Amino acid sequence: MNLSYILLIPFVPLAVFLVLGIFNQKIKPAVSGVIGVAGLGISTLLSYYTAFQYFFVSGKADGIYQTFVDKIVWLHLTDSLQIDMGYLIDPISVMMLVVVSTVSLMVNLYSRGYMKGDDGYTRFFAYLSLFSFSMFGLVLSTNLFQIYIFWELVGVSSFLLIGYYYTKSSAIAAAKKAFIVTRFADFGFLIGIFVMGYYTGTFDFQELTDPEGAVILNWASTSFMGLSVITWALLLIFMGGAGKSAMFPLHIWLPDAMEGPTPVSALIHAATMVVAGVYLVARLFPMYYLVEEGFALEIVAYVGAFSSLFAAIIAITQTDIKRVLAFSTMSQLGYMMMALGVSGFDGHEGLGFMASMFHLFTHAMFKALLFLGAGSVIHAVHSNYLKDMGALRKYMPVTNITFLIAALAIAGVPPLAGFWSKDEILVAVYEHNQFLYLIGVLVAGLTAFYMFRIYFGIFWGKETKYEHTPHESPKSMSIPLIILALLTIVVGFIPFSELVTADKMAFEAHLNIPLAVIAVSVGLVGICLAWLFYKKENDLSDRFAHAFGVFYKWTSQKFYFDEIYLFMARKVFYKNVAAPIAFFDKKFVDGTMEGIGNKTVLISQKIKGMQSGKVQDYAFGFIAGVVIIAFVFIYIWTN
Amino acid sequence: MIPGVSITEILTLTSILFFIGVYGFITRKNLISILISVELILNASVVNFVIINKYLFPDVLEGVIYSIFIIAVAAAETALAVAIIINLYRQTGSVEVKDTQVMKY
Repeated sequence: MNLSYILLIPFVPLAVFLVLGIFNQKIKPAVSGVIGVAGLGISTLLSYYTAFQYFFVSGKADGIYQTFVDKIVWLHLTDSLQIDMGYLIDPISVMMLVVVSTVSLMVNLYSRGYMKGDDGYTRFFAYLSLFSFSMFGLVLSTNLFQIYIFWELVGVSSFLLIGYYYTKSSAIAAAKKAFIVTRFADFGFLIGIFVMGYYTGTFDFQELTDPEGAVILNWASTSFMGLSVITWALLLIFMGGAGKSAMFPLHIWLPDAMEGPTPVSALIHAATMVVAGVYLVARLFPMYYLVEEGFALEIVAYVGAFSSLFAAIIAITQTDIKRVLAFSTMSQLGYMMMALGVSGFDGHEGLGFMASMFHLFTHAMFKALLFLGAGSVIHAVHSNYLKDMGALRKYMPVTNITFLIAALAIAGVPPLAGFWSKDEILVAVYEHNQFLYLIGVLVAGLTAFYMFRIYFGIFWGKETKYEHTPHESPKSMSIPLIILALLTIVVGFIPFSELVTADKMAFEAHLNIPLAVIAVSVGLVGICLAWLFYKKENDLSDRFAHAFGVFYKWTSQKFYFDEIYLFMARKVFYKNVAAPIAFFDKKFVDGTMEGIGNKTVLISQKIKGMQSGKVQDYAFGFIAGVVIIAFVFIYIWTN
Repeated sequence: MIPGVSITEILTLTSILFFIGVYGFITRKNLISILISVELILNASVVNFVIINKYLFPDVLEGVIYSIFIIAVAAAETALAVAIIINLYRQTGSVEVKDTQVMKY
């Protein structure tokens, strides 16, 4: 299987980024949009071709999907430890290629309409291409170090795109927040990589995750505080993943990241970058599952389940539609983590793994669609807030229908994509942990409720007076919406259990009718409640909010986590750690250096008068010196 | 050999001459005077050459020949110095040392 063309998938967007970035001022906006779309188009075609070749033509041998690797030694540290660069093709990386390229292409197409007339149009497309390059690189990584490098690169592109409107102070603050919070998590990731590299002697995914390999068999050889060091390393690596995937308690950056342009939110903060954490856990899945009897995996499951519930509750009370979608993303990511966390490894036991990847796939489609739909609405009414919207179905039929399809999909209504993947997740969770299953069902209901709350709030509800009559978005925006809506309808029928599994062997996944009925009916209850509350203008929701009192207030303030972190950062960390260190640095370290410099200047000021410029003074010094030396020699000779 | 005059007396004389030159070189304000002082120093050493040759090694002539060299070099040096002083005078209108201090720190 000749795979060298795979390199083009990341490098075409990189070339686009360089061209658009270097000739930023010289390229006309219309041209830069076309270049961006064309670059991504090539990557998308190649990704689809790869997926077709891999899944249906030459990827399989003896019923097992093979792993293809091509790499070069990049850094030679010691003879036993080296860092490679290359690409790795296996079911999950191929699947991610398809997800990233599809959503990137749709977002690029959409942005041509959405960003029209913006000053930084070319810059925007350059950043999008940079992001696509980094994300492809991340997906194709062959080892922990390579994935870390691209991990930081997607972080940088995310930072640049959140802070795209750099004249807005809230956007700058959000960009910094996203960067610092994820960097804090990445610090754990990096330590995890070092620990892993030190104790296993390799960074390579294939060696690390081989179930019969030395690394997994020898996990118990060194322990630290009652756990294997490998478990510690896995937990630290999960910390990086949790930061990127906005898991509790590192979720605070994701809602603020909505300050970026809406297509960015769709691409980076809904469909691709934020699933990197899930992808990382899936990439190392055999380690998580087999080391220490899956202790680290259990933590992943509980963190995922809690985040999922936590975010779903907050999403109900938010009034900014993009923030509702952000919390929804966090909630769905929690779902994926939870499914990974309860998964086994062989055959049908690995249902959770497959369901998680399936949900990642479908979620990328319908969440991107939701964000792009929200962007279309924001484009029309120039506001993010529900209070400025209402009864838009008359003005924006295409957005209305596509948004409805996506909302139904995320609520888990058959036969849309979300139903299939969510059902698999709930089945997998039910089979392993019934407590988590209850959380999962509750979250499913909440998801349906908050999603239809904003749906009815935007497209039905009260008649709102608009300054300008809203109108349907231009074709460049509505066509990607329609394509994604079609994808949302069909991708649920992809037989994922035959393609992407933990042990890379196909298995039969059946629809579990009773569980599916429960999930769907809970979803429908959520939708009906939302219908009661928000379909027509009424005071039911206010009365409920009033009844919940303090709890409602806490929820609408996101449980004050921003405030807690600010308090921790300012009052505790800054005051007790950073300020004393800064004091020491300024007074002692800098003080010593500045003291040396100042004294030198002072002394030279004093003695510069000796350089009078008078030849006679110099001659006097010279002669005086000769005389003194003469006396010294005479003294020595005479004694 | 000068009858009735010892080498010590002549060396004392040239030393006095030399230090008068040094004193003049350090203290004079006028560039021409400084040049004259330099000539004094040179002449003191020339006399030393000749005297030491005559008194200590009467049958050779190196010291005398050196003195002729020194006189020639001193003449060239003086010509050079006077040329510089004339140029300086054209620039600043003065041959005082205090007017040549523009290059100090």
